[in-house]
Amino acid sequence: MAGETKRWTDQAVEEWIGNLLRAGVTLSAAVVLFGACVYLVRHGHEMPHYRVFVGAPRDLRNVSGVWKNVLAFKGRGIIQLGLLLLIATPVARVAFSVVAFAIERDRLYVVLTLIVLTILTYSLVGGRL
Amino acid sequence: MNIIEFSLLVWLSSLLAGFVGSLTGLGGGIIITPVLTLALGVDIRYAIGASLVSVIATSSGAAAAYVREGFSNIRIGMFLEIATTLGALGGALLAVRISTNAISVIFGLALIYSAYASSRARGERRGDGRLDPLATRLKLNGAYPTPDGPVGYRPKAVPAGFGMMAGAGVLSGLLGIGSGAVKVIAMDQAMGLPFKVSTTTSNFMIGVTAAASAGVYLSRGYIEPGLAAPVMLGVVAGSLVGARVLARAKTKWLRLVFGVVIAVMAVEMIYHGVTGRL
Repeated sequence: MAGETKRWTDQAVEEWIGNLLRAGVTLSAAVVLFGACVYLVRHGHEMPHYRVFVGAPRDLRNVSGVWKNVLAFKGRGIIQLGLLLLIATPVARVAFSVVAFAIERDRLYVVLTLIVLTILTYSLVGGRL
Repeated sequence: MNIIEFSLLVWLSSLLAGFVGSLTGLGGGIIITPVLTLALGVDIRYAIGASLVSVIATSSGAAAAYVREGFSNIRIGMFLEIATTLGALGGALLAVRISTNAISVIFGLALIYSAYASSRARGERRGDGRLDPLATRLKLNGAYPTPDGPVGYRPKAVPAGFGMMAGAGVLSGLLGIGSGAVKVIAMDQAMGLPFKVSTTTSNFMIGVTAAASAGVYLSRGYIEPGLAAPVMLGVVAGSLVGARVLARAKTKWLRLVFGVVIAVMAVEMIYHGVTGRL
């Protein structure tokens, strides 16, 4: 019986993860599309500049800068917000797994999943050595 | 060509890349970067930034469907993600330090290897059924559904699989690709997992691996929203269509034709890298 209960919990977790991933991708694609429309309407007639690498503008390289651009209703800021949502989707999946393993009282996997979450967080703050 | 026309061209190319990527099993990320750099003249750093973002989208989108079917093994995926995320972080930090010519050459080699690996016959190498002590301690043994009921599997060679996964992570972070081919080989060849479990678990892991390098790419300005938007939207749409077609059509001929195209792109990437024209 114990095996049955565990299997069901695993399945419920997988169902949740599936929904979470789908919602994240759909939402981010919608935000990116909206941002792209705003950007193209305003800047569509300028010339592209992707041949030479200068890097995205400084304020579009971190969360607080992106948020300022969103509040100012800048097209590229809205796109970047959508991309941040997309990057956050697998991170949320990992965070959700920590909770799920904790509910299953699987201590080993709570620890292993926390390690993955730590590495992801470290990268998201810029991965400066 | 203004930004509207250029974005439309990028979107159409990405649509095609996503379609071919899902049909050949290579993934859209590894195809869009050569297209952007060779055909559209985009700097390879912008290209791999946009590609990495599209990799997260296709992986998460497809994984949503796979996890329901019960093929992917969450514990194996999570355990191996320690290796892939560490590798990806290292790969991304390496990418911002080495020359773009070197990246181009490595990209070409990875492209050839992936095309070769995905076209190879899938001889399933099963484990001998003995319980591996490390795999058992890590609770990696599992079962997957078949028409005749659940079939169990017992992974072996966990350290070798873990090591290969770290390598897959480095490639992913260095080149902005999912490196699904290396991930599948680590599970299916080294650890002796059933092929279907390997491919679905690999797909499940790709998004998390890519997210580990995304932070580094973002803070270094590799993710240019004006370019990443049409790439991401195109690759996602293309791979959705590809997955539909894959379920119906006989893809042997298509795969052969695309195989030739991919080989040509790979050679071009290496050539441009060596001659320093990128």
